[in-house]
Amino acid sequence: MTTGFNTLLHTRWIWSFVAASVVWFITIMFTGGSSLVELTQVAFTFASFSIIVGLGQMFVITLGPGNIDLSIPATMTLSGTIVLKFVGGDASLIVPGFLIAIAIGVGVGLSNFTLIKLLRIPPIIATLAMSFIVQSAAIWTNRGLRIRPPQSLSDFAVGFTLGVPNLAWVALIVSVFGYILLEKSVFGRWVVAIGQNMRAARLAGVPVEGVRCATYVLCAVLAGVCGYFLASFSGGAALNMGQEYLLMSIAVVVIGGTSVAGGDSNVPGIWGASLFMFLVVSMLNTYGFDAGFRMIMTGVIIIGVIIAASSRTLRL
Amino acid sequence: MKTLLSNDNLRILVPALSLVALLCAVFYLQPRTMSYMGLNLMFNLAVPIALATIAQMFILAVNDLDLSMGAFVSFSACVAATFLEQSPLIGILILAAAIGVYALIGVVIYLRNLPAIVVTLGMSFVWSGLAVLLLPSPGGAAPEWIRAIMTSRPPMVPMAIIASIIIAAVAHLIVMRSSFGVIMRGLGGNSRSVERSGWSIIRIRAMTYALAGLFAVMAGIVLVGLTTAADANIALRYTLLSIAGVILGGGEFVGGRVSPVGAVIGALTLTLAASFLSFLRISPDWQIGAQGAILIIVLAIRLILNRRERKEKRT
Repeated sequence: MTTGFNTLLHTRWIWSFVAASVVWFITIMFTGGSSLVELTQVAFTFASFSIIVGLGQMFVITLGPGNIDLSIPATMTLSGTIVLKFVGGDASLIVPGFLIAIAIGVGVGLSNFTLIKLLRIPPIIATLAMSFIVQSAAIWTNRGLRIRPPQSLSDFAVGFTLGVPNLAWVALIVSVFGYILLEKSVFGRWVVAIGQNMRAARLAGVPVEGVRCATYVLCAVLAGVCGYFLASFSGGAALNMGQEYLLMSIAVVVIGGTSVAGGDSNVPGIWGASLFMFLVVSMLNTYGFDAGFRMIMTGVIIIGVIIAASSRTLRL
Repeated sequence: MKTLLSNDNLRILVPALSLVALLCAVFYLQPRTMSYMGLNLMFNLAVPIALATIAQMFILAVNDLDLSMGAFVSFSACVAATFLEQSPLIGILILAAAIGVYALIGVVIYLRNLPAIVVTLGMSFVWSGLAVLLLPSPGGAAPEWIRAIMTSRPPMVPMAIIASIIIAAVAHLIVMRSSFGVIMRGLGGNSRSVERSGWSIIRIRAMTYALAGLFAVMAGIVLVGLTTAADANIALRYTLLSIAGVILGGGEFVGGRVSPVGAVIGALTLTLAASFLSFLRISPDWQIGAQGAILIIVLAIRLILNRRERKEKRT
């Protein structure tokens, strides 16, 4: 019984990796294997941003139906703009800047949960309203200025260690931390328990509100950290830099095999899904499709993967 | 008194009072808006948003969420500004096919037990892509007839107000008064019991999604009638606006508890909030943020009123 369950879990996250590998292979076929290393490295670099925010979103979605964080893009933007303004090209302020990114995440996460709890409004509306305010704060601090990150920081963000992009290492560390937190810690078990049945969890003595609060803070902190690295990577913060990560964070979680109904999540799947999402776009680019057609294909492929994956979960 | 403050009435009352309060604040700040022209200008852009909000409300009534609403309205606007203007027959066929796709999605989501959020997310890419193919750069032209309707100046009451009332009335008839509406809301409340009493879930969901598609198509056409041109990103923000409008209007995410009249009022409130903020001379930096703050305030008021009502019930 246990082994059967394990193989099932196994097949679920392997699915997104299979999809990513297929797309990777098709792309390589076109270029005749010439850009094999570059494509893989670039894919890992860009995927690491989706992985970091996807992990946070995964914890939130695990809390159960209705739980979702729409403030991720705004938090990323605010963190990127404020930190780079604070650091101002001074390499000695890199670490304090990182702490500020975390503090911004904590602030946004706490405000999100305060709104959800105090006003008893659905998280989707609370985080949406919050994201408007956070985005405004970002506009107000930034005013269209593009402050470059210190050289050492941007070198780190675009650099490699042992042939693997530094950002992928960061994403790996965050993922291992997330995996241990979810699978091996009491907190993770609590999150899953709440997602499966909030009432039962409360009756079993799980500090439901505390766990929910911590989860929203965790998600916002990861968004803040991701904004910090994304701004460093792209040579400065831009007001729309978080935009695509709203849909991306949700898509990688679901394609990665996490249940949208909550209570059942999957860390490795996020890696497969993030690589897949980037590789699809680059494959369509390589084959020279124009923008409109590329978007249609992306949408069709997302839906196709969801339908294909659902035929497996339905048999559960 | 008790019947007046029933749950259903309160559901409409709070959004309506918020709208009136906001309107008074605008009149106080800028008395010149208290005119035919002023009202029309302020509420003009509310008409497509109200239509999109009603569309989103249908989806919410069956416990789903449509994240492709903005992209779909943009796509409809692009079709309206190109095909519907040049060769109306083809334009109508394309839009009808798009509504058919909506119905199909509603069925597929149910049959394969898929998360609506993700499927509609995927569809948002498809609609945006199609819109980009149609109009790679902003352009096109509005069909004459919709332009004529949207710029018409009926006596006494501005077009925008009349249109909002008609939208609310039609949606109210469909959702609250027709037998289909009752079954649809029942599906949101308890789909199993609806199924056991012999209704076809597939047919109801297809109808619901098709109606959502129809209202969203109208939103796109009306939007083009106002702006006279379209581009692929023209209505992307409608996704979030429409969800916020439904919730502001007293709708809920689960349980089939929606209010069409409230949804239109919610859309008007959101539009008016933007005018209110510009009259307050808030720095443009904080415009979006203040809109978020207004959303929070209205929801807070609703919470306080709901609590008071619950207390009265207990005593």
